[in-house]
Amino acid sequence: MPVVMDADRMGRSLARIAHEILERNRAIEELALVGIRTRGVPLARRIAQTIRDINQHEIPTGALDITLYRDDLMRTAVGAQPVIRRTEIPFSIDDRRILLVDDVLYTGRTIRAALDALIEFGRPKAIQLVVLVDRGHRELPIKADYVGKNLPTSPAESVQVHLTEIDGRDEVEILES
Amino acid sequence: MKKDLLSIDDLSRDEIYLILDTTEAMREIGQRPIKKVPTLRGKTIVNLFYEPSTRTRTSFEIAEKRLSADTLNIAVATSSVQKGETLADTALNIEAMAPDMIVMRHASSGAGHLLSRICRSRIINAGDGMHEHPTQALLDAFTIREHKQRIEGLKVTIVGDLLHSRVLRSNVKLLTKLGAEVWVSGPPTLVPPGIERFGVRVSARVDEAVAGADVIMMLRIQQERMHGAFIPSLREYFHTFGMTRARVALAKPDVIIMHPGPMNRGVEIASDVADGPYSVILEQVANGVSVRMAVLYLLAGGVDVD
Repeated sequence: MPVVMDADRMGRSLARIAHEILERNRAIEELALVGIRTRGVPLARRIAQTIRDINQHEIPTGALDITLYRDDLMRTAVGAQPVIRRTEIPFSIDDRRILLVDDVLYTGRTIRAALDALIEFGRPKAIQLVVLVDRGHRELPIKADYVGKNLPTSPAESVQVHLTEIDGRDEVEILES
Repeated sequence: MKKDLLSIDDLSRDEIYLILDTTEAMREIGQRPIKKVPTLRGKTIVNLFYEPSTRTRTSFEIAEKRLSADTLNIAVATSSVQKGETLADTALNIEAMAPDMIVMRHASSGAGHLLSRICRSRIINAGDGMHEHPTQALLDAFTIREHKQRIEGLKVTIVGDLLHSRVLRSNVKLLTKLGAEVWVSGPPTLVPPGIERFGVRVSARVDEAVAGADVIMMLRIQQERMHGAFIPSLREYFHTFGMTRARVALAKPDVIIMHPGPMNRGVEIASDVADGPYSVILEQVANGVSVRMAVLYLLAGGVDVD
């Protein structure tokens, strides 16, 4: 089970992404972070924290659950529905630049669902995509604006992101399935 | 989840908690500017109501629409039932048009079970006679948990017409399943024999039942189901069992007062209690939509394989 990113690398990737965000977005007061549940949420909080450390600016941060927008719901006759968690976006997204944050970018279907979900909350000025790992194999025309690490994988493998807030450690590993 | 939701007996403890947790997420959708998600797009849901209902039917319909299902309402007053069609025939005819779910309210206990046997659609019982009203018990549990952060160990006192109440049966099953201490009180003529077997404490003295309660749930005097002399007069009933401020004072200081509606003010509950600070009656109605969204979503998935 090869570990492809350790805690140190992860911290530096997120710090770099925070700097890139500030470099590309002049109007910092227009920015807001929205993490996709589950692991996008702590990643968004960490990026917000890093930006606060850099310039003392507080970027509003929310959490988005995309389950109800998935395109693979109810496609099989057996098995329970996926568990839904709360969406919490405690600010208006109208005319903001939204930074959508997820851990792994793969087929792009989660991001498609997230864009649909997000747009129901208002009309942002722009949406940019932040991912910790881009593992390729897109099935939809979606591209990330900020990438922690590009990771070539085969579809047979799975990429697991572990975060301290949820899993007790920071690590990205590739599992053979 | 099983195919249908006919009774609280269909749900395990874990499934009840799953429904309550899903309800939390569903509630947030009702606070958005656009209160709609695409989840049940293309699903058809028939609301088949054989009894008058404002709250429950409206609540289901709003829940269905928020999940983007196509809904239609069949009110019996305007349907072929008036021409003598049996329930089974009506159900088979609706079934022939292939809806995904049927939400049914009926005056006969067990009507949902009949539908469940003859229909492939998922059946949700929205109240069958004097039997059960499972989504009401779920929304009550959600409301209680929201105020008390738990259900286990709470003293919940249910007062009123116990005999005719489907809300009582569903609530007793659910609350005892989750470990609450349930007390019931009502006039002896309105206490179903053998109710202790459900694991509840019975007291004919409402003051004893209410003492130290965390939750008081009032039930409606169902005059439309009373064919006989069950109570001497509504006035006397109010005097003996009605929830007044003096009685509320016997419960815990942070007691909540619930009522499934419709209320008979001045019969089972005093107006100043119904509108008072302990009352969560309108919260129950608001939570009803979120609970029904959760049930519709969870039932729309695949059936459990054993």
